[in-house]
Amino acid sequence: MTPALNVDALIGDPQIRIIVCCGAGGVGKTTTAAALGLRAAESGRHVVVLTIDPARRLAQSLGLTTLDNTPRPVSGIDESGGGSLDAMMLDMKRTFDEVVEAHSTAEKAEQILANPFYQAVSSSFAGTQEYMAMEKLGQLRLEADRDPDNPRWDLIVVDTPPSRSALDFLDAPKRLGSFLDGRFIRILTAPAKVGGRAYIKVFSVGVNAVTKTLTKVLGGQMLNDVQTFVAALDTMFGGFRKRADHTYALLSDSSTTFIVVAAPERDALREAAYFVDRLDEEEMPLAGLVVNRMYRVSAPGLSAARALGAAEELGDLDNCGGSGDTDSDFGGTAITIGLLRMHAVQAEIAARHESLAKRFAAGHPDIPLVEVPAASGDIHDLDGLRAVGAALA
Amino acid sequence: MVPDEVRVEDVPSDPGHWPGARLHVVTGKGGTGKTTLAAAAAVALASGGRRSLLIEVEGRQGIAQLFGCPPLPYAERRVAVARGGGEVYALAVDVEDALLEYLQTVYHLGRARWALGRLGLLDFATTIAPGLRDVILTGRICQALQGSQSDGARYDAVVVDAPPTGRVARFLNVNQQVAGLARVGPVRDQAESIMEVLRSGQTTVHVVTLLEEMPTQETVDVVAELRGIGLPVGGVLINMVRKPVLSAGDLIQAQSRQLPRAEIATGLAAAGLPTSAAVVDALIGEAVDAADRVALEAAERAALASLGRPTYELPWLAEGIDLGGLYELAAALTDQGLGMSGS
Repeated sequence: MTPALNVDALIGDPQIRIIVCCGAGGVGKTTTAAALGLRAAESGRHVVVLTIDPARRLAQSLGLTTLDNTPRPVSGIDESGGGSLDAMMLDMKRTFDEVVEAHSTAEKAEQILANPFYQAVSSSFAGTQEYMAMEKLGQLRLEADRDPDNPRWDLIVVDTPPSRSALDFLDAPKRLGSFLDGRFIRILTAPAKVGGRAYIKVFSVGVNAVTKTLTKVLGGQMLNDVQTFVAALDTMFGGFRKRADHTYALLSDSSTTFIVVAAPERDALREAAYFVDRLDEEEMPLAGLVVNRMYRVSAPGLSAARALGAAEELGDLDNCGGSGDTDSDFGGTAITIGLLRMHAVQAEIAARHESLAKRFAAGHPDIPLVEVPAASGDIHDLDGLRAVGAALA
Repeated sequence: MVPDEVRVEDVPSDPGHWPGARLHVVTGKGGTGKTTLAAAAAVALASGGRRSLLIEVEGRQGIAQLFGCPPLPYAERRVAVARGGGEVYALAVDVEDALLEYLQTVYHLGRARWALGRLGLLDFATTIAPGLRDVILTGRICQALQGSQSDGARYDAVVVDAPPTGRVARFLNVNQQVAGLARVGPVRDQAESIMEVLRSGQTTVHVVTLLEEMPTQETVDVVAELRGIGLPVGGVLINMVRKPVLSAGDLIQAQSRQLPRAEIATGLAAAGLPTSAAVVDALIGEAVDAADRVALEAAERAALASLGRPTYELPWLAEGIDLGGLYELAAALTDQGLGMSGS
């Protein structure tokens, strides 16, 4: 028997300080994160929700009309429980700029910010988002802890970037670390002295070939830009590295918990299974799985087969009963047939969703699971989020 | 749903819509079925004895799963046959191998190849400097346009299962960025030649969407974004379209909340079903939801039509997507003008 995921237990536990929502694109991750944040805030916690790329109207409902990289209070929430809700949208370029400014002298920062290679990397290249989302999480946590007696937030809810593998953000700190430790960075930062270093002597033939190759492939000017960029960043690498390690530690800490979000479709559940296994491998604390947009039908005792059978029977009755006259003895037949057929289709979808969720549960018997029924339209106001929050609990 | 403007240009010998286009880039919001429709398009474009190549760039092995074959190696493999003797090939691009292959062919690097690995350049190129990934991938795509790996013959069509709407413009435009960074040299030359292919009439970018608010909004946004950077926008592929079960009249009644309760109960009784208020209310509730959804879909359809691009409607398949479903979707695309219309 699969245990039920109870988010009220999670948000009611003051030890839990970070909730990370992850999942494939298009499964309702952002909505889930926002709904959790709202429910936690209305139950008395001081919450900040970090969203990456919310739908326009959902963003508006959270008051996120300007993208200014700063948490803003969300209005319209019920504060009678003593809680509060702030929300923000990640601006990756600005986050990157702030890191540069915080970790280098004003002069050096200016130099880095003006470097064409930096501008490309910080604003337009894919992948930067993962690093910056984790950087922002670290910053929010620092901000939250600034005054331990009166913390600004006691819960951070993070929505993860819709990445290629959706767990790239887990690898981001490690990748950065391995890059900073790599020999390649030393070649880039000190191309002239490379041959003289003892530890790299073994590879010296290769190194020369690489430097030559780089010049050949990139051209002198671009290599020069890259080197200036890396050299300028060099001074702040220590800080970067430390923060990356710190963020990774924060994610695996017992005050953090992960929620995997999925939709009741084969592909989305396969991705979810991958996330669950991956989190387990990394020994990250997993709270459970949310299966969003579960189709439900409410007519009691009316299965798809029964509805369809009845519709057929009514059709037959109608044909022989009133000599083709639909307004005969069996008033309401036509509309009833339509409703029953429609119900059959929906009941079938509901049954399929149910069976997909069951199969996931059977394959992951220890993973707590909660199902959220599909809403008839898109969710873009606080009431919609409240309904999702209630379904989560 | 075939727009008139396109039908007019259609000549019998022509490969349906998009005459001259050989590179079909397929994007869409996550969860809209982008990979499925890219595969269906590859099948449609191979019909009538032609040959298409389907390229996967995000390392998810979604194509192998769709065609029910083992994970694809970094090599062009035939994965399916199409109507009328066509062949569909597939390629899952491995970024590291593609980079090495590129360096090998263009720069004849033997020794350095080993060193690149040892020094962590490969890591750097493929994971840490994410832009480089896109450079390599777009380069490999353009290379595929020149001919097949095995016999050098041209593919009639190359279909790319591209990154989702949020990242596709960046992905396709990465070489513009690179050309801005490298003012001279081989990298600039390469970047410029890729941009030339992507902006030419050879290329077209299709967007997959659903009749829901967010996917539609993202479609509108990405079309504007692509137009802004001068990339040719192709068709709008509307996926998972469901025909309403209820008649138009019933839907109107449901929408105005005027379904006749008593008549429905009479009908239920005639069918020997329970007629409790709970059952009647549930059925009416479902009908009202369905009617609201139909109204919402009409609004999304209008928003998509205002983009002025040809639209294709693909049916929702109740059983999910298997190989049979894929061919069904491919046939729907062909019938609506994408790929060869019969042979």
